[in-house]
Amino acid sequence: MHNKTITELAQGLRAKEFSSVELTQHFLNRVNKHADLNAFITVTADLALQAAQLADVRIAKGEAGLLTGIPMAHKDIFCTQDVKTTCGSKMLDNFIAPYNATVVDKLNAVGVVNLGKLNMDEFAMGSSNETSFYGTVKNPWNKNAVAGGSSGGSAAAVAAKLAVCVTGTDTGGSIRQPAAFCGVSGIKPTYGRVSRFGMIAYASSLDQGGSMARSAEDCAILLQSMAGFDAKDSTSVDTPVPDYCVDLNKPLTGLKIGLPKEFFTSDLNADMAATLQTAIEEYKKLGAEFKEVSMPNLKYAIPAYYVIASAECSSNLSRYDGVRFGYRCENPADLNDLYTRSRGEAFGKEVKRRILMGTYALSSGYYDAYYLKAQQVRRLISEDFKNVLSEVDVIFSPVTPTPAFNIGEKTANPIEMYLADIYTIAINLAGLPAISIPAGFINEMPVGLQLIGNYFDEARLLNVAHVYQNTTDWHKQSPT
Amino acid sequence: MTINTEWETVIGLEIHTQLSTKTKIFSGASTTYGAEPNTQACIISLGMPGVLPVLNEDAVRKAVIFGMAIEAEIAAHSVFARKNYFYPDLPKGYQISQFELPIVGKGFLDIEVDGEIKRIGVTRAHLEEDAGKSLHENFHGATGIDLNRAGTPLLEIVSEPDMRSAKEAVAYMRKLHELVRYLGICDGNMQEGSFRCDANVSVRPKGQEEFGTRAEIKNINSFKFVEKAINHEVERQIELIENGGRVVQETRLYDSVKDETRSMRSKEEANDYRYFPDPDLLPVFVSEELKAEIKAALPELPEAKKLRFKTDYKLNDESATILTSSRDLADYFESVVKISGCESAICANWITGELSAALNRADLEIATSPINAERFAGLVARIADDTISGKIGKQVFEFLWDGSESADEIIEKQGLKQITDTGAIEAIIDTILAANEKQAEQYRGGNEKMFGFFVGQVMKAMQGKGNPAEINKILKAKLA
Amino acid sequence: MLSVIEVKEIAHLARLGIEDENVSAYADDLNGILMLMAQMSELNTDGVKAMAHPMDQVQRLRLDNVTENNQRDYFQTIAPQTEDGLYLVPKVIE
Repeated sequence: MHNKTITELAQGLRAKEFSSVELTQHFLNRVNKHADLNAFITVTADLALQAAQLADVRIAKGEAGLLTGIPMAHKDIFCTQDVKTTCGSKMLDNFIAPYNATVVDKLNAVGVVNLGKLNMDEFAMGSSNETSFYGTVKNPWNKNAVAGGSSGGSAAAVAAKLAVCVTGTDTGGSIRQPAAFCGVSGIKPTYGRVSRFGMIAYASSLDQGGSMARSAEDCAILLQSMAGFDAKDSTSVDTPVPDYCVDLNKPLTGLKIGLPKEFFTSDLNADMAATLQTAIEEYKKLGAEFKEVSMPNLKYAIPAYYVIASAECSSNLSRYDGVRFGYRCENPADLNDLYTRSRGEAFGKEVKRRILMGTYALSSGYYDAYYLKAQQVRRLISEDFKNVLSEVDVIFSPVTPTPAFNIGEKTANPIEMYLADIYTIAINLAGLPAISIPAGFINEMPVGLQLIGNYFDEARLLNVAHVYQNTTDWHKQSPT
Repeated sequence: MTINTEWETVIGLEIHTQLSTKTKIFSGASTTYGAEPNTQACIISLGMPGVLPVLNEDAVRKAVIFGMAIEAEIAAHSVFARKNYFYPDLPKGYQISQFELPIVGKGFLDIEVDGEIKRIGVTRAHLEEDAGKSLHENFHGATGIDLNRAGTPLLEIVSEPDMRSAKEAVAYMRKLHELVRYLGICDGNMQEGSFRCDANVSVRPKGQEEFGTRAEIKNINSFKFVEKAINHEVERQIELIENGGRVVQETRLYDSVKDETRSMRSKEEANDYRYFPDPDLLPVFVSEELKAEIKAALPELPEAKKLRFKTDYKLNDESATILTSSRDLADYFESVVKISGCESAICANWITGELSAALNRADLEIATSPINAERFAGLVARIADDTISGKIGKQVFEFLWDGSESADEIIEKQGLKQITDTGAIEAIIDTILAANEKQAEQYRGGNEKMFGFFVGQVMKAMQGKGNPAEINKILKAKLA
Repeated sequence: MLSVIEVKEIAHLARLGIEDENVSAYADDLNGILMLMAQMSELNTDGVKAMAHPMDQVQRLRLDNVTENNQRDYFQTIAPQTEDGLYLVPKVIE
């Protein structure tokens, strides 16, 4: 059952081959069995089974959609009412969310079965899921390797088939990179496509919620129900959501794909280059034409990103002060002590680093040199993308420089971790959609390829990914 | 500095007006005053993880109305910025305000002091959210936080440092107070904190171009205190400088009991607010259409109304000033004139006289007057048409105040109709004259004062209901 | 380059408790990040308009109608310390 796609499961449910309750129990058993992966922070077994029962009723009535009764899980960054929502942090270890994120409401409305909350880097800050208060998530392909971050639990859960599909969020690559490390598919939509209401904020102008699953098709199905305008989110875009599935099989003949020369330099790992070259050949066979393009300002994406992200997060995280919810230190001596110790004791190192960084970047005298400059660089990078996307339909690139590194390998030097975001980070600055899909193996570990599209062109990205998955089977591989 | 230096005072005022919208600036929580603590604090007011702000259309509207009334530039695009600091009544750890690009630009307000008109510049007015309240009593060693007020829309109005005396400052403050109530954008209730004034005060030797260092006096909530606080601060600064000291830029609190200002233990010691544009909000666009619509709907402003009252209603300056001092009173007056059909003079007299006195005694506003315009008009009409005398009118007024009947009903019920029947009057006069022959002789003998005596006696016998004109006429004839 | 003292000041601005023994480690980390960020100065951005949002949109407005009701008790079940409906913090002296 856990090898089936959403569509196959939906058919099975309708045909009464199994019930949603049985399906849910099956996945809950798997979650327990693979608890050592540490993919979940909270498992909501009772609630899941209740939802499954309701789903079964809907299915029986003939009122079910594709996702009704399908076991999935949410990254623990989405507020789930009356259920612990931690954002991977000690600061929210005692936080029972008093409301649902819009994404959660939307998925509940179509009848999904939520198995629980997935592990993640603390406050979405990290690229390896090693900063979580709840411990590192292990890569199902090699338990000594990281699952990636910040949506590490999400990616691992899909790869280990603990859930059919999951939600994740992506600020600098947090869906795409773990997807690549874990051999699954993950899409980050256009900024403003998915509501951020109830999605705990890290960097407000970069954060975006998306879907992860074992295929682009299943990502499409989940995204279909996540996307849409939300009046509660001022940055939500009011443009209709197209049908992401109807054109999945559209042939790729004549598709123009750009290859940014800045990404395909001699710095690129030889094995990675070879793997991607194979993928390129595959796409050519499918009718696509490749063209070299240039985005000269790409190299400044990393510093610009870290300035903007840390500035925004330093402000977004000020509300965690021990007053109205969350962690409070014991016996605060005075107000200052309450703040300083609550925040000092409950935030991890990486979060503190970024808060300090952001506070500094915004502080008097430095605003122009850092924040303002970064926003200008951001515009230049966006212009680069716009220019390229006027010549080609999609852009093709690596997702990560290497396959998943080992746990503990990069924690000593945060900068090395930052530099590894080189292929994913610029996309968030521009707000463009991008998808990461499995493209092969290096040293028996999965690696992915990335497709970047124009604003609101998710349907095309999913199509380009899906057609590739029709003729390759990287995405069908499973860890032992 | 010699003791004989002539000093000039420089004052600028920053006034925070709470806009009288139904809901908060960024959420749909109610803004009603006086609710139980935290019963109007929604998840957005509380700064819960994951919540997002959405702008209240009426707050924008009210800001534009104000801008137009002071003939200011209205920014087509204005931006919300975060002002970052820590304080328990500030749930997010930042206040959403406007910094570089406020919605209202330069305008002006004309004030009158000692018969002279002076133009005071307004530098800008911007939208921001109010903070909550801290309660320091009642809790041992703790402070209680009420976030009902957090998120209420404020319009912060900043004046140019154009005022040169406490008197001018008070005049400006009063003018602004009247204006915002006239415009219906703020209820001006200073006790409830709807209208709060901070004064920036400095001194310089007369003739010097540079401004001296200024001190800020915070949260003055009455006109009386403004004048005292400023005067006290000016004295303090002059004394300080003349004794060789230097004025320090700081925030001071006015103590009305001791009549002194003292340095505030600063809430924001390191005043680095790290302003940056709020990434959760987009630039506010005010269209030409909206501006035109608002301009067309602007209520008649105090100056124009006063002029109109003088010309159309032929009122003198004093009456016109009193009647236009509030929009409610002006509207009341006009209703009374219209409904009663009487001359404006008599309406004005009775409103500024009897009614105003009664309202003052009962500490009521015209809006909460027990006698509405319709019933009051009924009274004035009966005085004007001689149904009752002015003196009886006062009696009827009391009945109107205490009950709900109309003037006519009262006159009827109480039998207060004026007696004009010449036969009846004559009969009574004859009786009085017969009983007071001595006084009649004295009058005929040249003692003019006796006339008054007879009028009094007749009136008394008629219980005040005699028509004075008729009495006079007949008495004169009979005493001739 | 940030000194240890500056890092302490920044930590205070952010009300972030950092143990004394860790301050210099944070200073090192931050200085490394700052060097990374300094790369941006290589790029000429004269006349380039800052980009706050990917989309060139304007703020949507919400109607002024009450949509939230009183849920104080529910919200305060997760509060660290309350009394009589108020959130409590150590006494603030103004």
